[in-house]
Amino acid sequence: MHILAFLIRRAVQALVVMFVISLIGFTIQSNLGDPLRELVGQSVSEAEREALRGEMGLKDPFAVQYARFLSKAVRGDLGTSYFFKRPALEVIADKFSATFELVIGATLIFVSLSVPAGIYCAINPQSWPARAIMSFSIIGISVPVFLTAIFLVWFFGVELGWLPAFGRGETLALPWGWETGFLTADGLAHLLLPSVTLSSIMLPLFIRLIRAEMMEAMGTEYVRFAQAKGLSPRRIRYVHAFRNTLLPVVTVGGLQIGTLIAYTILTETVFQWPGMGFLFLEAVNRVDTPLIIAYIIVVGLIFVIVNTIVDLIYTLINPMVKLPGARA
Amino acid sequence: MISARAFTTRFLGDPVAICAGTVALVLVLMAATAPLIAPQNPYDLMQLDIMDSEMPPSWMPGGDPRFLLGTDAQGRGVLSTIMYGTGISLLIGLGAVAVQGVIGVTLGLVAGYRGGWIDSFLMRLADIQLSLSTLMMAIIALAIFQTAFGAATYSQLAIPILIAVIGIAEWPKFARTVRASVLAEKKKEYVDAARVIGLPARLVMFRHILPNTLTPVLVISTIQVAEAIMIEASLSFLGLGMPVERPSLGSLIRSGFEFIFSGSWWITLYPALVLIALILALNLLGDWLRDTLNPKLRRGED
Repeated sequence: MHILAFLIRRAVQALVVMFVISLIGFTIQSNLGDPLRELVGQSVSEAEREALRGEMGLKDPFAVQYARFLSKAVRGDLGTSYFFKRPALEVIADKFSATFELVIGATLIFVSLSVPAGIYCAINPQSWPARAIMSFSIIGISVPVFLTAIFLVWFFGVELGWLPAFGRGETLALPWGWETGFLTADGLAHLLLPSVTLSSIMLPLFIRLIRAEMMEAMGTEYVRFAQAKGLSPRRIRYVHAFRNTLLPVVTVGGLQIGTLIAYTILTETVFQWPGMGFLFLEAVNRVDTPLIIAYIIVVGLIFVIVNTIVDLIYTLINPMVKLPGARA
Repeated sequence: MISARAFTTRFLGDPVAICAGTVALVLVLMAATAPLIAPQNPYDLMQLDIMDSEMPPSWMPGGDPRFLLGTDAQGRGVLSTIMYGTGISLLIGLGAVAVQGVIGVTLGLVAGYRGGWIDSFLMRLADIQLSLSTLMMAIIALAIFQTAFGAATYSQLAIPILIAVIGIAEWPKFARTVRASVLAEKKKEYVDAARVIGLPARLVMFRHILPNTLTPVLVISTIQVAEAIMIEASLSFLGLGMPVERPSLGSLIRSGFEFIFSGSWWITLYPALVLIALILALNLLGDWLRDTLNPKLRRGED
């Protein structure tokens, strides 16, 4: 496939998804909550209301209103939060660092555990630790993430009292306005339980995936050829076989971003982690429509960007995808 | 496919399958007969007494023999709410899978049999929908419903809305499975024969091909019920699913979570154990069915 054709196709797809999301956002905005009431309250007469409606363009045809919504959205104006009385996008941007660091923490944990566990299970599928890991993984799939969270809060936070169970702890403001919890001991301690919770949902999935891919790679011709050549089992496993399992793992992993974002909402709710997911649920409870819309659009954008990058990486590093002009 | 007899023999020879089957059966029976066997009707306000609230299980000091597993903050017996709540969780799980099955099987048949642009369109849609993640879509859809209808109206419509949302969000899994089987069946001679005698496409699809694709549908149905129950529980835990007055297992855990720090752990623990047992039993049964009926189906790829 030609790289340019691929890029264009991906861009079109991303635009279609964003178009649908923006349409959903606009439909919510135009049907839910009366912006006029938020603005002027109950005391204004009906005639004045009508005049204001015309002035604000609320009587324009759907397409005109949608075009206006879109042109504002592209400039980063997604309305003003009813509750915070600040631009919705700004409110969400403030919370982004908390969610991002939670996702990074969880990713570090599940990658560092699932890679060795998956490889081990693929190499010794019949050994008892491998069987234990696989049984654990089906139990892990069956435990809802909020129960893992509640258990950790209760056990480490309440019963043992070893780790803080709520909030983000002490954070440092970096020069470009990013609040980080990575640089303080208190922040790291607060990060531990939520990250473990979030990683617990990905861990079984990745162990199974790496195990399956690794077993497949170990049965291929080139691995048998390497064995026949007399290379050490170590080299065959890690240099030859494992490298080829990375590609599907990265692809499938990248496609889990939607799931990961959904689980941040659950995790943040239990730990009262001041991130985007917790903010979104609060916005739903307060019927803060602009904030709800802004969250949906931001999440949609993150999703589209991550998916496009993952697809791009796949195309660039997959040796099977041949670009025209390249030597076979 | 294997015979019913071989199927039974294999089931009885596998201790994990027997355990999972027993747990699932007991929970389903308990939920179905809840109005008859529950010690108390948690929906009947006349039977509730606020003086009974937050009692520990009956074997602990301060416990009451009327409430084996203790009571929650409204004075409802935890055992009774679990019995009724399991029923609601199962109802939504089965209902959602029925919706998924009808939409997914129909679209999968059409995509596989017709091919061409319909096929590529439907499968592209399925890809996008799967990558968006069911839970994410359900959270957003329910947040919108709740904002639109208001919490009071929403709580009355919660069961049909949850069934519809989880059903619509998860159809691609059925569609993909059915489509794959249809592509294999389409090449066989009986399909050609049916076509040659002039049967309309609708009949060929539903009467001739469909019965031969049902084994994988059965396999994923079991796992999908577990998944739907898990999603419903997560939504209810977030306060977007079943209301506290008609609790599912998820909303029971939500209302118990507030009391875990004041020491009333039983309000959360018992519904949580039942929820995990139910999902685990269904997942194990699903895995066992898959290994028995169709060893080629792999979970990571469905």
